[in-house]
Amino acid sequence: MAKLKVTLLTGRTINQGTGKEYGKFSEKYMESVAVCQIDPEDMKKLGVKEGKNVKVTTKFGSVVLKAEKSLRAPHPHVVFVPYGPWANALIGPCTNSLGMPTFKGVPAEIEPSEEKVPVLSELLQQQFRKR
Amino acid sequence: MTVVSNVTCPVCGSLCDDIELVVENNRIVKVRNACAVGEAKFLGFADPHHRRVKPLIRKNGELVEASLDEAIRRSAEILAEACYPLLYGWSSTSTEAIRVGLELAEEVGGVADNTSTVCHGPSILSIQNVGIPTCTLGQIRHRADLVIYWGSNPWNAHPRHLERYTTFTEGRFQKSIWIRYLTKLQGLIGRKKAERAAELVSPRKEAMPQTEKVEGLPPPLKAEERKMIVVDVRKTRSAEIADYFLQVKPNMDYELLQAFRMAIHDRELDVDEVAGVPVELIEEVADVMLKCRFGMLFFGLGLTMTSAKIRNIDAAISLVRELNERTKFTIMPMRGHFNVTGANVVFTWQTGYPYAVDFSQGFPRYNPGETSAVDILARGDLDAALIVASDPVPHFPKKAVENLVKNPLIVIDPQVTPTSFMADVVIPSAFVGIETGGTAYRMDHVPLPLKKVVEPPETCLPDEVILRRILKEVRRLKGMRTA
Repeated sequence: MAKLKVTLLTGRTINQGTGKEYGKFSEKYMESVAVCQIDPEDMKKLGVKEGKNVKVTTKFGSVVLKAEKSLRAPHPHVVFVPYGPWANALIGPCTNSLGMPTFKGVPAEIEPSEEKVPVLSELLQQQFRKR
Repeated sequence: MTVVSNVTCPVCGSLCDDIELVVENNRIVKVRNACAVGEAKFLGFADPHHRRVKPLIRKNGELVEASLDEAIRRSAEILAEACYPLLYGWSSTSTEAIRVGLELAEEVGGVADNTSTVCHGPSILSIQNVGIPTCTLGQIRHRADLVIYWGSNPWNAHPRHLERYTTFTEGRFQKSIWIRYLTKLQGLIGRKKAERAAELVSPRKEAMPQTEKVEGLPPPLKAEERKMIVVDVRKTRSAEIADYFLQVKPNMDYELLQAFRMAIHDRELDVDEVAGVPVELIEEVADVMLKCRFGMLFFGLGLTMTSAKIRNIDAAISLVRELNERTKFTIMPMRGHFNVTGANVVFTWQTGYPYAVDFSQGFPRYNPGETSAVDILARGDLDAALIVASDPVPHFPKKAVENLVKNPLIVIDPQVTPTSFMADVVIPSAFVGIETGGTAYRMDHVPLPLKKVVEPPETCLPDEVILRRILKEVRRLKGMRTA
């Protein structure tokens, strides 16, 4: 299956902003943040259509997200995931002695995936099972 | 029905204070002047799906309802027993509550850290290194004829920033660029329509690229008009408004900032491009910077969260300092949460340090990288945590969260959040700026009053009151122990 080496950026979007105000367990929040915005040319290379799932993997973890066509291409080999628990599964804890992890510009790999995007409670259970 | 005007919006660091709310039977039914995020908060905050009103305590692995007294007692026990608790959050509550929180941190010998640790922490460190030439947003509104957003997307993160303080505002000496923007937008829509029509006529042909690359430099701008420059790793909606958009390669902002420092000193850049930006464009933009009468550089997390972190900010402040030798130039971080600046201010006046303050030795100690929340969590040093008005579980790296939820966790938050989902004690509080008043600091350090607009549910007390009660109980428990 096609794989692509990319740079992962995470950040705010207006939908993430409004989504969080509707509640982090709401469908609206998940729709706004459990997505990966990809350059349309890269989507072609991967053979992924909009709305299908992709698996994003970094050194620190991997997560399945819904692929979204980037509205403001071109930005080849750069993918964007809004802030949230899905994006955070991909971020490492190293802060370079500054207290700040690297949330933007992380080397990553994306590939098409048949797996489904986990809902928030599943994701939390998968990652941090509470006693 | 009552109309409450001049309400300060408790969402982002822009702290818009011109909001009008229509209140009916203790419910906000209409919001005027707010952005989409502000409106969503004012209209949706009381939604029972994500509003918690009863305290919870984890018993046998399950969160069960408890009385407020019981939840406060349990929280105090956890904190009094802990050797190295982390007290984190603070940026979405009032300065009054933060003050009590710091007293509590000192009492329990813990670490107090606020969310700037994962947003503008590197900016603060850099400001401590090299200083900051800055001003208030009112000055920008009336006087700035050049506004730069670097690594920041105000249209999404601070939606009314452009309209209230910069490009789209009618200042006393600087006019808005609405008309210029609308004309540009019409042109863009026209071109997109033409592209679509061309595609329909000959669909077999290779589709035209989504965004056509503009050859050469943008058309000359009128000298007297306000100008806007956006530097970012991808084209954003804010970039579409800008007169110049510089698409920098990810993790290469430092190189571009240093190239600008060379360009403004007329040093020759002996390459074709720096960080993906053609040298010709760098020189043109450097010229615009030098020719402005009053410039402003707003920088966002695009500078603090990428690889060079603090060095990016050092370079940005140095660039602005050098521009000040030729013209008037200022710089300001785009602060996220509505009272993150307030958290830094209160931390500084109470302890001497703006964030990551460790009280474990009986006096405040500050060493970001060691005493900052993510580092403490990643090392697993803590043995309990109190989270106030913040949600670190979905926003901290996975490894850090693993250690956070492994230890006793107390959450004071009005909303149902992933952090409260993983907590051992949950105390719902009143929404600051809606159900209780207080003070918050805007991103330019201007303090503004937050209004109480509706009554909170009976069981939801303000953060300040909850923290005072926990502090009192901690002191009682400690007194019992020493007696």
